[in-house]
Amino acid sequence: MQLFHLHARRRRAQGALVVLVLGLGTLGFAFFEAQVLENSTYALQSDANRLRPLPIPAPRGTIYDRNGEIVADNVPGYALSLLPGPRDTVRAMLERLAPLLGLPAERIGSLMERWERSPGQPLVVSTDLSFEQVSAIEERRAVLPGVYIDMRPKRRYPAGAAIAHLIGYVGEIDETELSLPEFEGYVAGQQVGKAGIERQYEKLLAGKAGARYVEVDAHSRIVGDYAPRQVVDPVPGHDLRLHLDLDLQRWIARSFPDTVRGAVVAVEPGTGHVLALYSQPSYDPNLFVGGVPPDVWKRLNEDPAKPLLNRATNGTYPPGSTFKLVTAAIALKLGVLDPDAYLPIPCRGGMQYGNRYFRCWEREGHGYVSLPDAIKYSCDVYFYQVGLRIGLERFLAEGTRLGLAAASGVDLPVERTGNFPDGPGWYRRRWGWQPTESEVLSLAIGQGANDQSPLRMAQLYAAFAGGGTVPAPRLAAGGAGGGEEWSLHLAENALAPLLEGIRRVTEPNGGGTAGLSALEHWDWRGKTGTSQNAHGNDHAWFVGMAGPRGGRAEIVVAALIEFGEHGWVAAQYAAKAADYYLRRKHGVPTDTVQTLMDHYRAGRPARWAQ
Amino acid sequence: MTLVQRFRSAFGDPALVLLVLALSVFGVAMVYSAGQLDVPDPAVQGVWKKQILFLGASIGALLAALRVHVRWFEWVAIPAYALGLVLLAITLVIGQGYGTAKGVKSWIDLGPVLVQPSQFAMLATVLMLGRVMGNWREPPRSLWTLAGPVMIVLVPMGLVMLQPDLGTAMVFTAILVSTLYWAGTPIGLMFMLVSPVVGLLLSFNSGLFSAYMVGLVVFLYVYRSYLWEGASVVAANLAAGTVALPLWNSLEPYQKARLLVFLDPSIDPRGAGWHVIQSRVAIGSGGLFGKGFTLGTQKRLAFLPEQHTDFIFSVVGEEFGFLGTVGVLIVFGLVLWRLARIAERVPDPFAGIVVFGIFGAWFAHVVVNIGMTVGIMPITGIPLPFLSYGGSFLLASYLALGLVQRIAAEQGRI
Repeated sequence: MQLFHLHARRRRAQGALVVLVLGLGTLGFAFFEAQVLENSTYALQSDANRLRPLPIPAPRGTIYDRNGEIVADNVPGYALSLLPGPRDTVRAMLERLAPLLGLPAERIGSLMERWERSPGQPLVVSTDLSFEQVSAIEERRAVLPGVYIDMRPKRRYPAGAAIAHLIGYVGEIDETELSLPEFEGYVAGQQVGKAGIERQYEKLLAGKAGARYVEVDAHSRIVGDYAPRQVVDPVPGHDLRLHLDLDLQRWIARSFPDTVRGAVVAVEPGTGHVLALYSQPSYDPNLFVGGVPPDVWKRLNEDPAKPLLNRATNGTYPPGSTFKLVTAAIALKLGVLDPDAYLPIPCRGGMQYGNRYFRCWEREGHGYVSLPDAIKYSCDVYFYQVGLRIGLERFLAEGTRLGLAAASGVDLPVERTGNFPDGPGWYRRRWGWQPTESEVLSLAIGQGANDQSPLRMAQLYAAFAGGGTVPAPRLAAGGAGGGEEWSLHLAENALAPLLEGIRRVTEPNGGGTAGLSALEHWDWRGKTGTSQNAHGNDHAWFVGMAGPRGGRAEIVVAALIEFGEHGWVAAQYAAKAADYYLRRKHGVPTDTVQTLMDHYRAGRPARWAQ
Repeated sequence: MTLVQRFRSAFGDPALVLLVLALSVFGVAMVYSAGQLDVPDPAVQGVWKKQILFLGASIGALLAALRVHVRWFEWVAIPAYALGLVLLAITLVIGQGYGTAKGVKSWIDLGPVLVQPSQFAMLATVLMLGRVMGNWREPPRSLWTLAGPVMIVLVPMGLVMLQPDLGTAMVFTAILVSTLYWAGTPIGLMFMLVSPVVGLLLSFNSGLFSAYMVGLVVFLYVYRSYLWEGASVVAANLAAGTVALPLWNSLEPYQKARLLVFLDPSIDPRGAGWHVIQSRVAIGSGGLFGKGFTLGTQKRLAFLPEQHTDFIFSVVGEEFGFLGTVGVLIVFGLVLWRLARIAERVPDPFAGIVVFGIFGAWFAHVVVNIGMTVGIMPITGIPLPFLSYGGSFLLASYLALGLVQRIAAEQGRI
């Protein structure tokens, strides 16, 4: 047969057609498989390729004070984030952003660590961009793939340093917090309440983040927003109303000279509502929003004045003579003290007990005094004897029962409990020695193994002012859980000599320890205290209460002035706070000349004090 | 004489011309779509205009080729082949890469255009094969008779592999096999010829290789091959099995990666597997009807690599769906069927071998390129005839078409 005969050619052409059909048929089947059978898988994959969910942060609830004034709100801020991507890309982007944002090398390192933990999430690089930074980055969009900037609410505290310790601040959630059960559902880069009210009421204030989808290209550059139906709207956080009186808080902050360290706490007796809670020195919480700059943090942390310490709740000091009211209350409750009678040993500047001579603060002595006058003059000898009548063991048991070693129960995330021995064994456990009965002499005048915070002392006095009971201090109004009622376990008539005693303390020109703190319009009474300090001058205490003349006390103020030496120093701060609050409450014009001492200093006659 | 007959005698097969023109116009549309991106890429955006120019030039080449007598093509085979080899050798020295194929030396820079000599060398090789095998008067009986055609293909193929361009080398293999087939080479002989390649592939599994060698010996015995023939086939297979490992080790890392990724794209989803995975996602997400002309998201957002050249068919799959891919496959099937039909009807051996060689080349291009986009062929980077952007290949294809049509026209005049 001829090699290229028609029949041969036809046979070869038929063979070629078989191969052709087989080849194209195989391709056709492969496309059928990919486009028809596996279409849904690939359609999903194609969407996953190009759509990225981005969180939309929820605006945090606004915080108001009792008069509706804003304590914390939100202003628009710019945040910069990186879309998820491979490690090298993210690092390269951060290094490219570093000069624009001023990122130090450590910050890049910590951001990379955060990327390692959740590589699938957008990486929030900064939540506090300036407008200049935003425009610098927008100009370089093309060389910064995967970078996106969005507007998100930024926290603002209009009162600044005046409310720093109370309000706390918000910041980026950290690793420890992410692992806590209370932060379940939070993602890295999110803002959370870090301290104070912001932390305590995080759940209420935070709201719920939403999500939107953006379309990205193969290099993770955002091309545009995706269909709006994909948007999950954020749920804004709830607003929070505080019992706080922001004006009073500011007034107190202003009353402190810069060099003075201390704290003032104001509580409403009967309700336990916290009207003011200030600690000095303070700092501006607005600096902390969106991440504390390292230099600011270093400066605050290393400052010997410890501005980060909330002295009102976490500073504990021996209560000194302010505690004498508690000593008396214990004695009255046990029935070992007749408030009108003199005690056997008159004050001659001190008294001998065992082989030691216990001095009164007044070298010249107070002679024979009854309970109210003992409080008025803060006579140590009188209270030594009261302490001895109670006895060490009973004193410790009763004090513990009053909760002197417990926390006040205020609605703040961190509070230092009081320090008070629960029995003689406490001394052995703590210090390794057996206390003698003489220990009760120190305790009776508020020294020794007894440390309380200004908030605790305000709570105690609020009970004295409120008929013997007071609920736990509350900062926030509403369903935040009513404070537990706390009681002195005293009959109301047993309180009378105590209240009479502290009235005499502040009687103008009456010879009491804080007569110069007397106020023109208000019934002002309280007790001074001096807290012995091994590290320097003694700390000054004053805890007082004020109300309209002849009426019930409406405000209890505790003031502690570090190194203030004398209780009457602290009394000035406390009296001014009470006066300012009551003047505004009762419509009396406010004035910077408030106490009797102010009047003397200002050369203004005080006929009311005669 | 009817109109069709007059057309046939002047321009050859009208159906073939119409099908190819339809593919080319569709190709320009796809190149245009490939430039419609959400992520501007100047290298792709305006190229559809250039492709129109290329198409015009190619049609000119087609018309010119139609005026050349077939015998002249036969005469020019030897100088053209020699020139092709020289160009390939020059390319190895002054050639340069381009686009994602930067590492290879496949193009010669002629100022305004880059020319890919291998496309023209391929056509010259087909002519050369036709000239040599067209003189055969009886089917080849032994491997020795195949030595000529094999050498004719191996030399340019070797030069192309040095570029290195594995895809084009595969097309050379297809040309050799198809022309040998058309020249009446028995299947058994053809198998002996390609058996070392099979041995090379199987040698990666020693058990499989041993079984294959036993089978090969049995085959040679049953086929009653010459003793020297059988011995050299076995020897070549053993040699292939032995050099397999050193050969593998001599491959460039990216070539190894491509071959490994072909077996399992998921081993390197962001690297070598990226192209296959993204192409499959584009095609698969196209579904039955596609996402619409210019609207493919994978393409728009730059997930598709080389969407205007090697992966243009992925754009077809994404934007026109299964119906589109099947439609294009059918058109290619019809084009190839027309080629086989012309080859069948041409009594002249040279002409028949040349037409069928072009059939083999185009078929290989279609299967390798389209198969690559859907992941059933390794990524080799060869274009899809008439659809992929690129002047050299379009021109060479239209020249080949002109040759085929001239042959068909001469046949029509008989």
